[in-house]
Amino acid sequence: MPKQIILAAHFPGVNNTTVWSDPRSGSQIEFASFEHLARTAERGKFDFFFLAEGLRLREQRGLIHDLDVVGRPDTLTVLAALAAVTTHLGLAGTLNATFHEPYELARQLATLDHLSGGRAAWNVVTSHGPFFGENFRRGGFLDHADRYTRAGEFIEVARKLWDSDAGEFQHTGEQFDIKGRFGVPRSPQGRPVVLQAGDSAQGRDLAARLADAIFSRHHHLEDAQRFYRDVKDRLPAYGRDRDSLKIIPGVSYVLGDTDADAQEKAHYIRRQQVTPQTAVLLLEQLWNRDLSSYDPEGPLPAVDPVLDEADTIIKGRAGMFPDRLKTANEWRAIAEAKKLSIRDLVIEVTGRQNFIGTADRVASLLDEYVQTDACDGFILVPHLTPAGLDDFVDQVVPLLQERGVFRSEYSASTLRGNLGLA
Amino acid sequence: MTLRIAAALNGDSFDAADWISAAREADEALLDFITFDDAFGRRGPDAVLVASRVAPLTRHVGLVPVATTTHTEPFHLSTALATLDWVSHGRAGWQVRVSADPAEADLLGRRAPLGFDDLFTEAADAVEVVRRLWDSWEDDAIIKDVATGRFVDRDKLHYVDFAGEHFTVKGPSIVPRPPQGQPVIAALTHQARVWERLDVDVYFVTPSDVDSAATIVRQLPARKKVFADIVVFLDADQETAIRRRGATTSDAAVFAGTPAQLAGLIAGWEPSGIAGVRLRPGAPTDLTAITRDLVPVLRERGLFEPSTATTLRERLGLPVAVNRYSPEAANA
Repeated sequence: MPKQIILAAHFPGVNNTTVWSDPRSGSQIEFASFEHLARTAERGKFDFFFLAEGLRLREQRGLIHDLDVVGRPDTLTVLAALAAVTTHLGLAGTLNATFHEPYELARQLATLDHLSGGRAAWNVVTSHGPFFGENFRRGGFLDHADRYTRAGEFIEVARKLWDSDAGEFQHTGEQFDIKGRFGVPRSPQGRPVVLQAGDSAQGRDLAARLADAIFSRHHHLEDAQRFYRDVKDRLPAYGRDRDSLKIIPGVSYVLGDTDADAQEKAHYIRRQQVTPQTAVLLLEQLWNRDLSSYDPEGPLPAVDPVLDEADTIIKGRAGMFPDRLKTANEWRAIAEAKKLSIRDLVIEVTGRQNFIGTADRVASLLDEYVQTDACDGFILVPHLTPAGLDDFVDQVVPLLQERGVFRSEYSASTLRGNLGLA
Repeated sequence: MTLRIAAALNGDSFDAADWISAAREADEALLDFITFDDAFGRRGPDAVLVASRVAPLTRHVGLVPVATTTHTEPFHLSTALATLDWVSHGRAGWQVRVSADPAEADLLGRRAPLGFDDLFTEAADAVEVVRRLWDSWEDDAIIKDVATGRFVDRDKLHYVDFAGEHFTVKGPSIVPRPPQGQPVIAALTHQARVWERLDVDVYFVTPSDVDSAATIVRQLPARKKVFADIVVFLDADQETAIRRRGATTSDAAVFAGTPAQLAGLIAGWEPSGIAGVRLRPGAPTDLTAITRDLVPVLRERGLFEPSTATTLRERLGLPVAVNRYSPEAANA
């Protein structure tokens, strides 16, 4: 039997991937939108629904960012409500190990696991620096270097609490010194599914040690295959087999009646995603300086990026550019060669959809990625709320089912069971 | 005068079906709201999540979970409760609780237990921050202006800039202003020194008779809604109820008898000026006795009339929550 594909639905996020100007775009906060996407995912027999997290509104040039969709619900609360309108779909939330404490979060996740009959999942992330900390008791207490110490110890403590089955626990470590009785008996999954998103060597080791799945950002076939091998090769050292950690990149797609039609739609969507104002702001995120005086229809800046990673012009968004100077030079070269304005360049180099084509072509590409060990499945990121996955479920899922690489019915009642995890 | 009728769900079940049947029972009887008990370190599910779990399966009843201010983040409390309000279309409330138990401080590990004054200073600060964050988006902040490319008018998003003894919070919220603007905040209080500190809309109090209820109501500001808590054992015959009550003791009055007798007691308390009663079922079967046997009697006697208001605030007769950061508030 061929490898089975894991599919997850990402609720559209608060960045320019999500197109709000389209007439089909609905509310980003009404429960009906969450319900629609979750029910669509369940109709398509998806493994889980995925929510990113919000800790503070993003700022650029010291002002609240106003060009993208903004405003979202509390993760756990909306997932608990979604448990009422779905029956098999996993419910995954991104929750920060820096601004939560293990007792409370482990209790909430175990509660969600009980209330959903074994469908809870936790995407563990950490934050450092003062920006998010300004909304929380301890401020920005965590050093960059301690991120994985905190995340690792947090997961270990959470496991200890979940395994205690409402019993006594004690933990003394670098980050936490706690004891008492855990208030939740063993939940249906025993332990909610743990996802991890870090990409550094430390992040990969943490995932190999403690996670059930990785939300990866490796999209290109060969790059993804390298990442896949690298992470899976780390598992034996922790006494784990290769199937016990699933690798699931976040991806976007565009469907068309023909491949050319899909390419055209994809370009149209990117123009919606990169308005003239957004083009300049995205360029600023690389250049790390105020470019508001630049014309989005004009040429790229001649000045170089500001290399100050401690004080970036964008706050509240994970760093996307490890080498600003190198990337800036590459972008300039592309713009020069193709005679592109700022906006056209940004459309060219950012946010290109990962899978573009007819439903048949997209189904075959997804299958190829999974069968050639570039990944174990996909977290699909639609660009429209809430109907952004309707076409995928209607057109691509049946083709994957025909190929025998995706379920036609749920085989288990828990998320762990459906993911094939012990 | 009619009264508002609430029920306290005090169970600790982890089975969603138990909560769904209880919440639907209250919803179908058109009770005004139900509260979900919790405490930071107790054995039992997280009450906010339980309330949210039943929200899409109910249409009418208000949903008021307990959440603790002592060891939690005010920012998370604010966003969770705002989300409950979105999910329930304006039926959310919050019963504030503090944690004085040193064993609960050990569950968090970073702090020594707080004394009485600190507990309530912190709780009052948490209520203030939660309220400010709910207002931190003006209702018309989302503009979707294609011409300028702006989704939101940042001038209608507000930093709350709270700095207190126990925490600081910058804001704004990540959640747009919830449907009620300000979901209803409640607290169970036994002492005047607690009443005075917390900026809540609803007080749950524990009078022993109509006179003590009247005394309490007189001590509280007139705009506050006072609910008298009563523990109830309800049966068709009084002897069974009394037998089931046994030696039950409580901070609240404990009633054992028939639905008609309880309706009589509630009618007797009505002149005290209370807004309503919160009935605490002595056992799970007492909830169905409330919804199926007591409610018809109360309606027949004109003591209870199901509300036609869709939001909990409106139902309780609370004024429309003017946003503190809006031009209307500045002009008021």
